[in-house]
Amino acid sequence: MNVRFLPAGDTAVLVEFGERVGRGVSERVLRLRARVHAANLAGVVETVPTIRSLLVHYDPLATNSASVTGALEKLLDTSRSETQPVKLWRIPACYAAGHAPDLAEVAQRTGMSAADVVRLHSTTRYHVYMIGFVPGFPYMGDLPAPLSLPRRADPRVRVPAGSIAIATTMTAVYPLESPGGWHLIGATPIRLFDLRWASPALISPGDAVQFEPIAADEFDAIRAAVAADAYQVPCEMLAA
Amino acid sequence: MTPALEVIGPGPHTTVQDLGRFGFQDVGVPPAGPLDRISLTLANALVGNPPNTPALELLLQGPTLKVMAESVRIALVGCGAGIEIRSGNARTVPAGRSVRLVRDEIFRIGALGDSVCAYLAIEGGAEVPLILGSASTYVRGVIGGLHGRRLRQHDTVSLRLSGVAMRKERALSRPLDLAFDQQIRVVPGPQADYFTAEALQTFFSSDYTVSPQADRMGYRLAGPMLAHAKGYDIVSDGIVTGAIQVPGSGLPIVLMVDHQTIGGYPKIATVISADIPIVGRRRPGRRIRFIAVDVREAERLRSEQEAALRQGCENLVAV
Repeated sequence: MNVRFLPAGDTAVLVEFGERVGRGVSERVLRLRARVHAANLAGVVETVPTIRSLLVHYDPLATNSASVTGALEKLLDTSRSETQPVKLWRIPACYAAGHAPDLAEVAQRTGMSAADVVRLHSTTRYHVYMIGFVPGFPYMGDLPAPLSLPRRADPRVRVPAGSIAIATTMTAVYPLESPGGWHLIGATPIRLFDLRWASPALISPGDAVQFEPIAADEFDAIRAAVAADAYQVPCEMLAA
Repeated sequence: MTPALEVIGPGPHTTVQDLGRFGFQDVGVPPAGPLDRISLTLANALVGNPPNTPALELLLQGPTLKVMAESVRIALVGCGAGIEIRSGNARTVPAGRSVRLVRDEIFRIGALGDSVCAYLAIEGGAEVPLILGSASTYVRGVIGGLHGRRLRQHDTVSLRLSGVAMRKERALSRPLDLAFDQQIRVVPGPQADYFTAEALQTFFSSDYTVSPQADRMGYRLAGPMLAHAKGYDIVSDGIVTGAIQVPGSGLPIVLMVDHQTIGGYPKIATVISADIPIVGRRRPGRRIRFIAVDVREAERLRSEQEAALRQGCENLVAV
């Protein structure tokens, strides 16, 4: 099973599911997370899933590390194998010139045509591993192997909000303008993060994402609709 | 007219903070909140507020503010500086006691002195919208506080109360010990095994100093370099406030309240929650020495500190 409980001071326990990563590990992380939330453990404040681990933050005045660890051990019992339906988001993605500053370079470095890069990127269904770096930034994978490139040698100081990016085995969308070192191969007109929403991030760890190619004029039309709060991102439930 | 404090001079980094924003780290939003939770709590107690009331956090130097309300009651905690009242009956009120001011009075808090942070509480609190349940400002994410940023000249900080009753003012029963010489207690891990035995030995036996590149996100330290045994790129894990990560430079960074929620550098140890405020106060140039404790001891120290803090809030003296 190879699960390790690691101390993270007196306010959190780190549950590490192995140093090798992949979909299977991520699914175990997210399954434990769902159980922790369902169990509503006393003193547990919040949990943060990553590619290989779950960090369980607790209030040291309400509980302690030994109690939290004991409760987590019980929840790790794998005799139950509940499965949850998965949300699939269809994110409009414009790969047209002007929205894709690094597409030509990515095509050249991967030895493919730009059209093939777009086809590969947009026909793959991605799993959302974790959210972080900046508020609402989703790490999604796995990228088809031919698209895998190291991060840019010269990170940009400003990446525009909505940029669709790739690096290593992952793809992402920049929710806010921020610095960034990934390759920008497209852009989406939708909002991924909005403080007016009760849950400020559109996408959650464990969701599925597919990019739906749109033309530049569609990009403008959807962006106008988003600005008027008149656009809903297509989403469907996938059976477990 | 809305009661407010008008910002005549903002100070280098003045923000609205309550105890922090919890429950959104899974979508990348850090807790923010005060670097020094103890001083914020005591400042709020001096003006009769519950601990989570939005107050001003001052870094390095305080602001100059003008009272745009019938009256206000304020208190400063966390530093040696006082509140200089410049108009009418000019006087200085030391840190650790409350004072009532009336409309148009102007007051200033100068250099904080030994401490890097201090808290100015206002009876009733600052009136800012709660964002994701908290008034705390997270400047990098433009979230919370006053427009998600630090105060600027000509801002007005709205207040919840338009006036406050005359009463005896209150003071701390004894000055807050800022603990500048105390060793910082840490729980080793979660990735202590990523470091060589010599690196661990060095970490626990050397003096580090807070470098000038310290901010609310993290306190970079200067001192002996720490060697990684297994490389310095790990797969990302969640981060807690107080995690001490060591990037490729070999120099440790204590991650503070505006930390990224996930990160991929090995963490040699984690500052215990009782000592976060003590690290928080240490300005660039101050010494830090680490000592290891286990989790149970850390939990005991935190409970003890909380009991002492509660007592400090209850035992205020009338002045």
